Amino acid sequence: MSLKNLSQKDLWPALVTALFAFLPLLLAVAIFLALSGKALPFISFKSLSTLFFSSTWQPGRGNFGLLPFIAGTIWVTITAFFLAVPVGLLSSIYLSEYAPSGLQKIFRPVLDLLAGLPSVIYGMWGVLLVVPAVRKLQALTVGRESSGYSVLAAGIVLAVMILPTIINVSVEVMSSVPLELKEAALSLGATRLEVVRYVVLKKCFPGIMAACVLGLARAFGETIAVLMVVGNVPEIPRSLFSPAYPLPALLANNYGEMMSIPGYEAALNLAALILLVIVIGFSLIARWYLVKISRRFG
Amino acid sequence: MNNSCPASLIPKTGHLRRRRRAELLFKIIISICAGLVLFSLILILATILFKSLPALRLSLIIRTPGSGYYLGHEGGILNAIAGSLQLTLGATVVALFISLPAVVFLNSYLRRHSPLAEAIRFVLDVLWGIPSIVYGAFGFLIMLAFHLRASLLAGMITVAMVELPILSRALDETINMVPAELKEATYSLGASRWQTAIKVVLRQAFPGLLTATLMAFGRGLGDAAAVLFTAGYTDRITTSLFQPVATLPLAIFFQLNSPYPEVQQRAYAAAAVLTILILLISLASRGLSRKFSQHKIH
Repeated sequence: MSLKNLSQKDLWPALVTALFAFLPLLLAVAIFLALSGKALPFISFKSLSTLFFSSTWQPGRGNFGLLPFIAGTIWVTITAFFLAVPVGLLSSIYLSEYAPSGLQKIFRPVLDLLAGLPSVIYGMWGVLLVVPAVRKLQALTVGRESSGYSVLAAGIVLAVMILPTIINVSVEVMSSVPLELKEAALSLGATRLEVVRYVVLKKCFPGIMAACVLGLARAFGETIAVLMVVGNVPEIPRSLFSPAYPLPALLANNYGEMMSIPGYEAALNLAALILLVIVIGFSLIARWYLVKISRRFG
Repeated sequence: MNNSCPASLIPKTGHLRRRRRAELLFKIIISICAGLVLFSLILILATILFKSLPALRLSLIIRTPGSGYYLGHEGGILNAIAGSLQLTLGATVVALFISLPAVVFLNSYLRRHSPLAEAIRFVLDVLWGIPSIVYGAFGFLIMLAFHLRASLLAGMITVAMVELPILSRALDETINMVPAELKEATYSLGASRWQTAIKVVLRQAFPGLLTATLMAFGRGLGDAAAVLFTAGYTDRITTSLFQPVATLPLAIFFQLNSPYPEVQQRAYAAAAVLTILILLISLASRGLSRKFSQHKIH
């Protein structure tokens, strides 16, 4: 089917539905233009280098260094990533290659449920369970006690939140490996571990990368759950037990009541723009890997 | 071992044992990982329900906040329950109103893999990846541009933007499952594409449409970051599109850190209501899709 050879009866419905189909593109462009339109005056107001490399955040005095927030975002995202990726990939291997079909049937609703739980519920779980646990862990390992609101607490909560994304994507890719390839390896006397290592992982590498990038993107923009457990201190974190203040939390706490200090509004819009641009970047990378894997499996 | 076999092809017993041991170890590790995923869901649900079910009393659900509510005096969370349902229902209707025609265009007027269709799907994926806090910020900018206050209408529009890509992609997947033979049969009878889309494709895909809509509804219900700046908060039940509206995620977020235990209890109660609603939606969408697929042509 294509737009050529449209019959007379189909002309109007095609035009009208086409208008709706272009709304998403319009929305994406509008978000980008609105945020950059509000943020650009800021770049002439303050130089880009003080913006990205200054760590003083004093809106009252006109200091808008975004570095603590960027560093906070990176710390939290990377912590979550390193906690979630090994567990996520290994469980995907279990689910796609080893698990009996009954267990697979149990796992699907479990993952759907985990993915569907609101972030504020994850945040509350973090406050009730993860933060006290991190406090105890810190007392045991470092010997110093603090509140427990830290990079590590946020990383743990985020890791659980992005697990469904990583597992769903990688299980789907792994189960699309042709059975004949696995059977060929098995018939040569390979153990199942060797099949996983030399056939499944090798064939699925781009798909697994896509799963990781999608998980990373999800962790990057998560707001409320992180905000509730991360401590929100605008300093560059020094360890896993330090508090942090990621970009989305900065927006959540301040965007609704932008003060009339020159540059403040623009600084916050720039923070939003950074989030938007990086997430779009992640989408492009994931897309590139997914196209690659779909070509591979035809 | 068989003597006729060349010596080099006979696996040394030690070698084989090592491979078997690696296989066993690997199996144990991945089973633990999969168990960890299952365990984390149980842990989250157990923590939330254990903490919040005791706080859930009928008097909390059927009353709005009274005087001195935030100091621990009487009142309930009916404002947030009603507000969340109003806002999400409205947002889902708006999102459905846009995605349904868009998806009809994608599937009935374009070829599955035409560049235009792929581009629109990619834009939807990008929109899906944008953090809801960015939608919140964009919604807030729209509000400022139109001189709106934080209101049910502004919150509805923002949540609709969050739901739009989720709903469109889910509808697209569903409609894609409709067998091509069905469409070909109606085309061969002289039906237009529009007639086929409305009378055959959408009807055939109905259970899936319902499931997708419920999923988007659940996502909208739990989103806190999108309504943080746009919906406001109120102690009363909202009766107009231009009044602020209370929502369950924000009821949890604002009350969880209250120094008054009675107020904290209400945050727990709100979490119980939200979690139960999400669980019910997830169960309902499963049940519905099973019920309706009985009459489906395969």
